[in-house]
Amino acid sequence: MTAPVLPLLPPASRRHRPTRPVGSRSRRARYGLVVLAFLLPSALPLLAFTLGPMIAALWVSLNQWNLLSPMTFVGLGNYAKLLTDPATGDVFLHTVYYVLGYLPIVYIGGLALALALNTALKGRALLRGIYFLPVVTSWIVVALVWRWLLSPSSGVVNTVLGFFGISGPGWWTDPSWAMPSIILASAWKDLGFVMIILLAGLQAIPTDMYDASKMDGAGWWRRLFSITLPLLSPSTFFVLVISLINGFQVFDQVYAMTGGGPNGASEVVVEQIYDMTFRYGRAGEASALSWMLFVVILAVTVIQVRGQRRWVTYD
Amino acid sequence: MTETVRLPALARTQMKSPRSREARLRLAGFVVLHVVIIAGACVMFFPFLWTIITSITPGATLTNAPALIPANPSLEPYLRLFSERPFVQVVGNSLLLAAITTCVQLVTSSTAAYAFSRLPFRGQGVVFAIYLATMMIPLQVLIVPLFVELKTFGLLNSYLGALLPTFASAFGIFLLRQAINQVPRDLDEAATIDGAGHFRIFFQVVLPNIRPALATLVVFSFMSSWNSFLWPLIVLRSPELQTLPIALAALQGQYISDWDVIMAGSVVSVIPMLALYLFAQKYVIQGVASSGIK
Repeated sequence: MTAPVLPLLPPASRRHRPTRPVGSRSRRARYGLVVLAFLLPSALPLLAFTLGPMIAALWVSLNQWNLLSPMTFVGLGNYAKLLTDPATGDVFLHTVYYVLGYLPIVYIGGLALALALNTALKGRALLRGIYFLPVVTSWIVVALVWRWLLSPSSGVVNTVLGFFGISGPGWWTDPSWAMPSIILASAWKDLGFVMIILLAGLQAIPTDMYDASKMDGAGWWRRLFSITLPLLSPSTFFVLVISLINGFQVFDQVYAMTGGGPNGASEVVVEQIYDMTFRYGRAGEASALSWMLFVVILAVTVIQVRGQRRWVTYD
Repeated sequence: MTETVRLPALARTQMKSPRSREARLRLAGFVVLHVVIIAGACVMFFPFLWTIITSITPGATLTNAPALIPANPSLEPYLRLFSERPFVQVVGNSLLLAAITTCVQLVTSSTAAYAFSRLPFRGQGVVFAIYLATMMIPLQVLIVPLFVELKTFGLLNSYLGALLPTFASAFGIFLLRQAINQVPRDLDEAATIDGAGHFRIFFQVVLPNIRPALATLVVFSFMSSWNSFLWPLIVLRSPELQTLPIALAALQGQYISDWDVIMAGSVVSVIPMLALYLFAQKYVIQGVASSGIK
């Protein structure tokens, strides 16, 4: 999960701001070349393979196109079509369902883990490693393993549930359990990532804060809510932003676990974009849907950035 | 006199019992914490254990689940994995692509990060904001135009086509810029007085001082390339070019019942990442913490 970060973060210290060189024109020109030399290696790929295609996608979204024959301009036709198609609402709804199910599990679980693994625990490094292991595993592997574990007839999970006299659900084969299955596998995979981010945040909290409040007789819960969580709010904010950005783009695990099925019960936005483009040859519509998704993600992120003043404290 | 001596003594005996109760409570909490966290680790690890067990139980299928302790463990699924299809090639492809992506990202991220941290220029803030905004763009938005672009250049079905879009990572640039911002400027100034230019400062002062952040970037770059699925799936169509995640996904469709072989492939795919994580483990938390993400 190499993830977006952004201007969401506190501005870096500007104490020793180096100054631009002043002086002769040739010296300034030489400085300009140095700046270019440092920037070009990253600017070229970003322009050619991110910003350029981004603009191009906007153009494609205004056309009807099956990737093979020439494009025909349809203006906002693709957007109009998508907005009136009930399937669009469904895929967005499924995506929101995923995000809302996944986020509380990874945040609360990740926080509990980070708190526990930040104490003097025996074998802490090994435990952190085990919890982090799913993070480095590819989505495809995670999806395959979980399909296997959640297999309705003979999967491990249903077998264990059977011992307790519970007859397990059909998991990914059942339309109403397909999304919970995907959420479960995703939470298992990302728990370690959230843990690492929060752990790094916990380690930045000065211990004397705790000593002072202990002297005042504050209990564990009190310290959690009045010291730890407020001081951890930048990390929490980061986790929320990243999880929402990535959550709206959920694809790999859906593709590998259910393929959007059964009966489209777990069809998410990106799965739809993929199918439209490469299965049905409706690239124009797919681009329009991509832009709609981008606008939604941007809006959600901007709202969070705007709202952070209310609850995120930077020291 | 006697009063003042006795009072602290009394106070001490009064405190003794709550203190030992607190100690007992703390011990209980300590034990409970260990039990919970270790049980959690077992649950987290179980899918891996199950994967390993399945991968050494030939003939394991959905209806014929493997036993927890396999009766006849065998490496046969691994042999089948590597003999029946070009799996060595697939692992090689993945390693090659991940290594190149990681190296290129180290170069592009560290140079850009240096520019944003140490080389002020007009419009720097705007350029940096645009760089960061590219992180917000979902890859899926870019798929169709990228596909067309690479088709125009004739780069479909080639390693270069799979690699090019991964060359610059805004995440990496951001991570390293935060790290470089924390390298004391006095070091640059001392080097400048010694007559060093920006290139020498970059190589001899800045880079050696941001090793934890570089190690963190190596882990995240390698991981994202090793596990990337959607873009390689679209670009690399020939079987001999395929990467691990694609080959694994294909295995599932092709051999729907051969779970032992699929799980062997899964184990193979996790090993390099595990090795990399163990190698860079101590740097990762430090790197995240020092990046200011905290």
